[in-house]
Amino acid sequence: MLPTAIIVFREVLEAALIVGIVMAASRGALRRGLWVSGGIAAGVLGACLVAVFAEAIAASAQGMGQELFDAAILFAAVGMLGWHNVWMSRHGRELATHANRLGNDVRSGARPLWALAFAVALAVLREGSEIVLFLYGIALGGNGGPVAMGVGGLIGLALGVAAGTAIYWGLVSIPMRLLFAVTSWLVLLLAAGLASQGAAFLMQADWLPALGSNLWDTSFLLSEQSLPGRVLHTLIGYTAQPAGIQLVFYLATLLVIGGLMRLVGAGERTAPAKRDGSAVSPAE
Amino acid sequence: MRSLLVAALLAFGLAAPAVADDPVVTITLRDHQFVPAEVPVPAGVKVKLLIKNEQQVTSEFESTSLHREKIVGAGTETSLYVGPLEPGSYEIFDDFNRATRGHLVVK
Repeated sequence: MLPTAIIVFREVLEAALIVGIVMAASRGALRRGLWVSGGIAAGVLGACLVAVFAEAIAASAQGMGQELFDAAILFAAVGMLGWHNVWMSRHGRELATHANRLGNDVRSGARPLWALAFAVALAVLREGSEIVLFLYGIALGGNGGPVAMGVGGLIGLALGVAAGTAIYWGLVSIPMRLLFAVTSWLVLLLAAGLASQGAAFLMQADWLPALGSNLWDTSFLLSEQSLPGRVLHTLIGYTAQPAGIQLVFYLATLLVIGGLMRLVGAGERTAPAKRDGSAVSPAE
Repeated sequence: MRSLLVAALLAFGLAAPAVADDPVVTITLRDHQFVPAEVPVPAGVKVKLLIKNEQQVTSEFESTSLHREKIVGAGTETSLYVGPLEPGSYEIFDDFNRATRGHLVVK
């Protein structure tokens, strides 16, 4: 029961943290709960489908189907999160300043919540399919019986959801005028971390060179297998012993999304010529 | 342009047989143990790891230090690439059953 709980928790954690951040980043948007829960539901459904077809996926692409599939999902999520961030760099400030007005609902209706919902669905699908395969495996292996498995799974799920809820409440305690600046940074670092994970899968499939298998080793400071290490791995892409190609993808994602945010946000910044408070606008 | 094409073809032609020549190292998952537990791996070259799961349960072959993870269904085998690696010892484990641990010993 306990091992099941721990494994399920580990898999749920990444998706739950992403959901927590997405909920905070979409604060004030109309029907965001519906979008995000729709994303979670689609992800769960997708996870079951992926688990059913796991062997077919794994056997494709000369046995490298699993890697290519994971990498595709990760890069699609990076694209969705990037799209949302670029959009927010233009509209985030106006959303924050008009947060309490009724008219904001109309304006926020144009917010690319579908991009966030899609990113959530992809995260749930990826982690969820591993949970399904794992649970199916122990169900067949007859290790501990179905009750222990069910209870363990539920405990793991509850712990993961608690972690996602905690980061959500932490984020929404930030004042509204700063919230989107903070969530934009978080989403940017999250996207870079996912891109680095995607690069690792392509390296594992031999589609990309490693460019140095271990550039450095900070596992003595913070192991990626510890809970804080795992949380940071999801949130900012912390990797104790990164490969060169992972660093390349991490930095390239930061540069491309960050650059687009700056470019698109520049029009927004010059339009309202109110620069006196610029010392406290870390968004750009 | 043409010289570029020739260069690309040449590079591909040279690279293709190299891929086929990658050394293969086999690791078996049996009774919640890696066999062998200390897997000898040559240093400085790309290596194809062939992972056989002879257990009744699904495993996830994983190495944190090498950023590798791959699900290996019960009674199936799969492969993945590592390296080129510096000499040293790299921990591997089954993420679905963490008591199952071993090392790649790179020399």
